[in-house]
Amino acid sequence: MLRIIKPAVLLTVVFTLGTGILFPACITLMAQSLFPKQARGSLVKYHGVVIGAAHIGQNFTSPCYFHSRPSAAGNGYDASDSGGTNLAPTSEKLIHGSPAAAGSPSFTGIAQLAVEYRKENDLAPSTPLPADAVTYSASGLDPDISPANARLQEARVAAASGLTMDQVKSAVALHTRNRTFGLLGEPRVNVLAVNLEIARLIAASHKVK
Amino acid sequence: MTTNSIEQLGLYCLIIVLLTPVLGKYMARVFRGDRTLLSPILAPVENAVYRICGIDADSEMSWQVYAVALLVFSIVGMLVTYVLLRLQGFLPLNPQHFSGAQISPDLAFNTSASFTTNTNWQAYVPEQTVSYFSNMVALAIHNWMSAASGIAVAIALVRGLTRHSAKAIGNIWVDMVRATLYVLLPICLVYAMFLVQQGVPQNFAPYVHAHTLDGRVQTIAQGPVASQEAIKMLGTNGGGFFNANSAHPYENPTPLSNFVQMLSIFLIPAALTSTFGCMAGSPRQGWALFAAMSVMFVTGVIVCTTAEQRGIPAVAACNVMVHPTPGQPGGNMEGKETRFGISDSALFAVITTDASCGAVNSMHDSFTPIGGLVPVSNILSGEVIFGGVGAGLYGMLMFAIIAVFIAGLMVGRTPEYLGKKIERYEVKMAMLAVLVLAASILGFAALAVVLPINAHGYWNSGGNPWTNVNNAGAHGFSEILYAFASATGNNGSAFAGLNANTPFFNLTLGIAMLIGRFLMIIPLLAIAGSMVKKVPVPATSGTFPTDSGTFVVLLLGAVVLVGALTFFPALALGPIAEHLQMIHGKLF
Repeated sequence: MLRIIKPAVLLTVVFTLGTGILFPACITLMAQSLFPKQARGSLVKYHGVVIGAAHIGQNFTSPCYFHSRPSAAGNGYDASDSGGTNLAPTSEKLIHGSPAAAGSPSFTGIAQLAVEYRKENDLAPSTPLPADAVTYSASGLDPDISPANARLQEARVAAASGLTMDQVKSAVALHTRNRTFGLLGEPRVNVLAVNLEIARLIAASHKVK
Repeated sequence: MTTNSIEQLGLYCLIIVLLTPVLGKYMARVFRGDRTLLSPILAPVENAVYRICGIDADSEMSWQVYAVALLVFSIVGMLVTYVLLRLQGFLPLNPQHFSGAQISPDLAFNTSASFTTNTNWQAYVPEQTVSYFSNMVALAIHNWMSAASGIAVAIALVRGLTRHSAKAIGNIWVDMVRATLYVLLPICLVYAMFLVQQGVPQNFAPYVHAHTLDGRVQTIAQGPVASQEAIKMLGTNGGGFFNANSAHPYENPTPLSNFVQMLSIFLIPAALTSTFGCMAGSPRQGWALFAAMSVMFVTGVIVCTTAEQRGIPAVAACNVMVHPTPGQPGGNMEGKETRFGISDSALFAVITTDASCGAVNSMHDSFTPIGGLVPVSNILSGEVIFGGVGAGLYGMLMFAIIAVFIAGLMVGRTPEYLGKKIERYEVKMAMLAVLVLAASILGFAALAVVLPINAHGYWNSGGNPWTNVNNAGAHGFSEILYAFASATGNNGSAFAGLNANTPFFNLTLGIAMLIGRFLMIIPLLAIAGSMVKKVPVPATSGTFPTDSGTFVVLLLGAVVLVGALTFFPALALGPIAEHLQMIHGKLF
């Protein structure tokens, strides 16, 4: 038996040191020297302040910014508590929401989200909404919205920010990504990137005035 | 299915078909002990490991020694993880100051069983519970060790089937060391760097506080993610660095990283069919298994993608688009990411549950009933549709034995596989493995549904276990069924709404994982030990060829029949009932 236990214990030690410590250490060294920006989380700075991470979605409520998708991460876009609603298609709560109860905060259902989205963007009930606009993402940190979702928000953003429709549209176009190689993934607009562009344009227009 | 989803599936299959023989032949060389391209660099390391661990690389083991060694190795690893998790408060690389008390004894048992058995079920929120040290040392070492031991067992079974008049089925230490050094390590080194380039972080910094344009503070979790992500996918482990797993933009930032992650799940399980063919001296034997697996895989993708694209009637009733347009994906986008849409989410879900990976890039709990039926059926098939690294091959070989047995019964001839007679002992062992898995899944699920437990007690503070579900109605039952299927099948994905972090679920799911791993492996090693002694009989006109289309159909029949007969009643109570309720507009 000892002939089995000894190699089992020693091999576990070797695995622990090799794959648990040496491997991540090597990858960290290589990553920090070859791709330092990504290795540190692709953080985005504006006027020297970290305002977010390029890949991590965040909450925007000001009318002058594009709004991200509904989020179930913590109290919304909590990047230290990722996750989705895990509610089923037959869930009353998912469709019609639930009021606050002991121990659980209120939850906004898809029907209510659709009403709010239309009201916010001044859309008629007959306007079909993009599927991503009123559904909660998987991670709760989805950095993107669909181009159709962005298009429906453009008029509101232009009106609230004082920018022209052309400026807003070109900001969106600048940060729209198509399918990789025309094949993989889906077309999408990075919300933080486009809002940073909007913020810069707003700042520039104030300077001109 | 949209044109795009068909094109993506086509490209995916093409790449897997091309890579399978390349890596398969390479692995056959590795496990025969031949020199490879990497030997000049790795052979000294390999020999040093043998020296340090006191391993005699030239001696081989009987199936009993092989099995005992695997068990001892797993127990040692499980203990290490349990202790490191409980002590994480005293260990380094813990900038968020997580304490061992956050990981209760039952959660630590569940987690160490989970990672040791290649399940990687996670009953906790990683970014709020485990330190960087716990992630990379206590947990990620099992991503390597369990992958290596899975491959080792598969190779041992193949040796049992292909050698004759012998006793030994290989040396488990050598198989594990070679699997790690020559297969896992080189791929992971390149793969992890690719992931960093795509935007996966690799640092030890404390969580970042960002001051957003809209005047909020966002706390962004960091960590050595890339080094863990690579082996998590390649070793079909699936335990995420973050709660959202591969849906988290830090784990899987781009459509390209997503596609490579999907490829890396099937890479080794698919290639092992070719390794089997090489070692059997007939590549067609491997391709026959590959073909049977592929048919089930493609069927699953078509059904799942179609169901998810069709969407949810109650959502469509709010005038939300269901059909895809050039500017938005349509379908059921609840619990899915914009960059992956419907096609990549459904494809990933099928791949990760076919292989016993269990990483997710969308929330399966929010899938439509039929869309969710596919992942759970994949797991219930016994994780043989490519399956986990090693586990898929040995599981499929078990079904091959059952298939030739059924064929033998039909024509009244002693069944043979690879020229060797399949007798009572082998069939008994194969059936034992099948029955133990079914008993674990259905028995524990039934127990969780009916067992009365006092509220505010130790075992389940909410009271009866079925109250831990996140969704009422038939879907709630699906959550429980999925949990025990995932644990027993060593998959690790979840209908994640279920609150499984209670002593009752941690204990029962932990036991289910151990049953699913070891009570499958031991009978299969026993088969290897029995087959290795046999002398091949020459093929005659009456021999049933196991590299033919007929065999592929028979093998498919065996897998589907065993699965359908065992699990159809349970599936009827869960996803199938929910589908009927959904199309009649019923909400719970």
